[in-house]
Amino acid sequence: MASWGEASESRLIGKRVTRLSGKDKVTGKAKYTFDINEPGMLYGRILRSETAHATVLGIDLSEAEALPGVKAVIPIIEVGNKLRYQGQEIAAVAADTDDIAKDAIRLIHVDLEELPSVVTEADAMAADAPQIREDWAGNQSEPNVREDGDINAGFTEAAVEVEATYHTPVQTHVCLETHGHVAKWEDEQNLTVWASTQGVFGVRNDFAQHFELPANQVRVITEHMGGGFGSKFGPGIEGRTAVELARITGKAVKLMLTRKDEHLVAGNRPSMTQQVRAGATSDGRLIAYDMKGYGTGGISSGAGFTGPYVYHVPNSRAERVNVAVNAGNQRAMRAPGHPQGAFAMDSLMDELAEKLGMDPVEFRRINDPNEVRQAQYTLGAQEIGWHRRNHVPGSGTGVKKRGMGLGSGQWGGGGGRGTEARVTINADGTVEAVTGTQDIGTGIRTVIAMIVAEEFGLDITDVRVNVGDSQPGLPSGGSGGSQTTPSVAPVIKTAAAAAKQKLFERIAPLLEAPVGDLRVGTGTIYVVSDRTKTITWKQAAGQLGMDSISEGGTWDEELRQNGAAGTQFAEVEVDTQTGALRVIKIVAVQDCGLAINRLTTESQINGGVIMGLGQAILEERFMDPETGRMLNANLEDYKVPGTFEIPEIQSIVFDTHRKVTGVGEPPCIPTPGAIANAVYNAIGVRIRSLPITPDKILDALAEKA
Amino acid sequence: MEKFSYVNATSLEQVTSLLSESGWGEVMLIAGGTDLLAELKEYIETPKTLINLKTLPGMDSIEADASGLRIGALATVADISMHPTIQHHYTVLSQAAGSVATPQIRNVGTLGGNLCQRPRCWYYRDEATDCLKKGGDICYAIDGLSKYHAILGGDPVYIVHPSDLAPALIALGASVKIVGPEGEKSMSLEEFFTLPAANPFRENVLEPNEIVVEVSVPAPKPNTRSFYLKAREKGAPDFALSSVAGVFEMDGKTCKTASIVLGGVAPAPWRSKEAEAAVTGKMIDESVSQQAGSDAVKDAEPLNDNAYKVTLTQNLVSRAAMMAAS
Repeated sequence: MASWGEASESRLIGKRVTRLSGKDKVTGKAKYTFDINEPGMLYGRILRSETAHATVLGIDLSEAEALPGVKAVIPIIEVGNKLRYQGQEIAAVAADTDDIAKDAIRLIHVDLEELPSVVTEADAMAADAPQIREDWAGNQSEPNVREDGDINAGFTEAAVEVEATYHTPVQTHVCLETHGHVAKWEDEQNLTVWASTQGVFGVRNDFAQHFELPANQVRVITEHMGGGFGSKFGPGIEGRTAVELARITGKAVKLMLTRKDEHLVAGNRPSMTQQVRAGATSDGRLIAYDMKGYGTGGISSGAGFTGPYVYHVPNSRAERVNVAVNAGNQRAMRAPGHPQGAFAMDSLMDELAEKLGMDPVEFRRINDPNEVRQAQYTLGAQEIGWHRRNHVPGSGTGVKKRGMGLGSGQWGGGGGRGTEARVTINADGTVEAVTGTQDIGTGIRTVIAMIVAEEFGLDITDVRVNVGDSQPGLPSGGSGGSQTTPSVAPVIKTAAAAAKQKLFERIAPLLEAPVGDLRVGTGTIYVVSDRTKTITWKQAAGQLGMDSISEGGTWDEELRQNGAAGTQFAEVEVDTQTGALRVIKIVAVQDCGLAINRLTTESQINGGVIMGLGQAILEERFMDPETGRMLNANLEDYKVPGTFEIPEIQSIVFDTHRKVTGVGEPPCIPTPGAIANAVYNAIGVRIRSLPITPDKILDALAEKA
Repeated sequence: MEKFSYVNATSLEQVTSLLSESGWGEVMLIAGGTDLLAELKEYIETPKTLINLKTLPGMDSIEADASGLRIGALATVADISMHPTIQHHYTVLSQAAGSVATPQIRNVGTLGGNLCQRPRCWYYRDEATDCLKKGGDICYAIDGLSKYHAILGGDPVYIVHPSDLAPALIALGASVKIVGPEGEKSMSLEEFFTLPAANPFRENVLEPNEIVVEVSVPAPKPNTRSFYLKAREKGAPDFALSSVAGVFEMDGKTCKTASIVLGGVAPAPWRSKEAEAAVTGKMIDESVSQQAGSDAVKDAEPLNDNAYKVTLTQNLVSRAAMMAAS
């Protein structure tokens, strides 16, 4: 049975290893899609709707076409069709410079018939709201209902009840590198595209299909990628537009979204509003849960969220509805549906615990069936110093009050089939590992090098890793769902093992030992029964003469496992005069199975916590009901955490077994709930709406007083 | 942005003469450019000519002597924040300068630009929104989203003045020197700023052909304590939700004179004579400071989303007063 071996035997696996591309990134040597410049390259720009809802009556491209330096102008939307949100694509240009392209799109004249728009959930659900989706009566989808047990019977048994409404607004991904592509036709049948994407093969297949090309004649390259968080799978309209502009002009075209575009059309995490009533028995068992909620994913569906989430409730009913508004579509965003659901559920848990007079940790122990998290509660409480919390919320003295809270999360991350990989040993001893996955900043390049180097007894720098390129024809899935490492690592491991086996077979006669007796040392191969028989790796490879060994791998399910439990504890300080909220510390205990690279795993946890922190205390998309426009499509008023906001983060890699589980998404889930509960513990007033900003804190304190 | 021609300034005469060739918006001045460039990129301003002021010699000096400070309009925000005399004797100004934006912006942003910067209002900054400030019919903040808008002096435009330096300088009794085609004039910085009721399109009294060249600050009286308290949602960069510049001439715990100027809550830096009166001549204690806070906001008229600014401002004023006495 395949295994990653014992920790004591590992030289690299499970250790903290600096990522291979780190130096290139901090020195600027690493080339992102944004950095690609081809000779004679043109710049693409897209004219987007500034109106939330309108019918296109006419598009006049002539003035843009006449601007010197403009090489192509193409319509995207057809006359007669509807624009349904600000930012929707109307037309595009390619020009000699980005400035000319920007000027040119302003010379495209669009004749519109404006239609009434709705941009808030409340307005969309109002009785007299304009119908903005023909297939949804009242702008609402059919409810998704899930029932378990008998909630009426459950409430009869309940000793305490809580009824509350929780809300999280739309959050956008804020990828540091905006979405975009550089497209170049090598000839009429061969297309190369540098794409800022989470899935080079998905993008390749989309282009092949859309432009009717053989898939093996489309090459998609993503050497480095500046953040996707779920928003960068398909090429999008902007990707197809870049390729089309390149086709028409016969030149390479770079088309990157602007920051404003990014907020408007490149995806978002849907909002959530839920009314929930829940009850618990006097001995602290959750007994009934009745939730009705809605969210908006813009004009599209996809606004689901979890509830009652990780806690066991024998009698529950959950009803969720999608609400359509005139705003850009949602896309998957780091643990879709989880952070907003977790925030509501963990807030609810604390409200129930208080009514029961029970410690929030104890209340979770009773109701959380997950054994891993049970252990994490103990560790997290110990690390944050849970005994220091206010036993009576808000009881701290002074202007600045401190408090503690916790939240929970659960994810899969078990990976899947669909990755092809090849590990090659050359006669000069050099090693290559090739697969069509992509390193979206999470460190898979380094993980691959570590696995191969461990298998061969080499250093990671001895392994050349080729990822983020479809041309070798070794497909792998998109990097989403925390699936990259659990999907890729087993294939690399088995490929490396197969290559090693082949090499052993070649040199066994030389060492006069059976293949089964050979082992790798550090840069050597030796015979386990007679350690005097040893040769260097280089000498061994030299036996290949003019050959190379090149082996594929298989996805061995024994090498990975699904399921990642997490819990986080937060300590905060609230200035009760100014409403300023400072998160002091987050203890993030995250189950992830075998962390192949402990350092990049910790980075993942840090990143998740920071993203959760942004959702908890800063981030919100503001839509103006009157104009239908986003008011903060920038990074001034759409606020993301900076160095002043980021607290001490104690990232605890809580490894429970030696199988690989992905950890990209789960660390952002428990953070908002933990912070919200800590704020309550500090000031004794509950904020049931994210983000927890000074205005809400001051208003809540004023209401309490 | 639209194309423009770029002229290096050689003298103030040349600058005012170029400015006199047209009205607002045709010829504009650029120094650090941290505000103007954003306006150009968003097509909020589309000047034909930009005059680069950085080529004017000597206008970036900071002179400090027994009589006070003279700060050239081209002095950077960073230079002001880190000037030792300002740090020691004009603390409110140093703190205000240090709270501006980010180190990168402070390194290029200038005193003149900081005083003359345009509002951050999200309706004003959106090219496609034709708001009253830009010549349209309505101030969208009144019925729209008004979290960051004015609670005092708003009618008919509810922007807030974004400057941190202005409240601090006004609290210190600064005056501003302005040069126009007819020569130079000085006025108190407090009078330099105007409310939208007087002119909804501008935030100060500058004519299209005038330029701010210097700010003078009298030396604080002995036993003066001063503070700049700035509340914001984010550590940096962020503009004030509310700020208080307080300058207190103290005798022990008794306040002999006070000047208290609010930022982030009104379309101009807002001098609170009410709060000043509440502390002047009083021994500052909890109750006096509370009174100062509530007096500062007694005329506040919040919009839909910014009632919190009333509480916040009240508390900041009280806190500043308590700090003066502690």
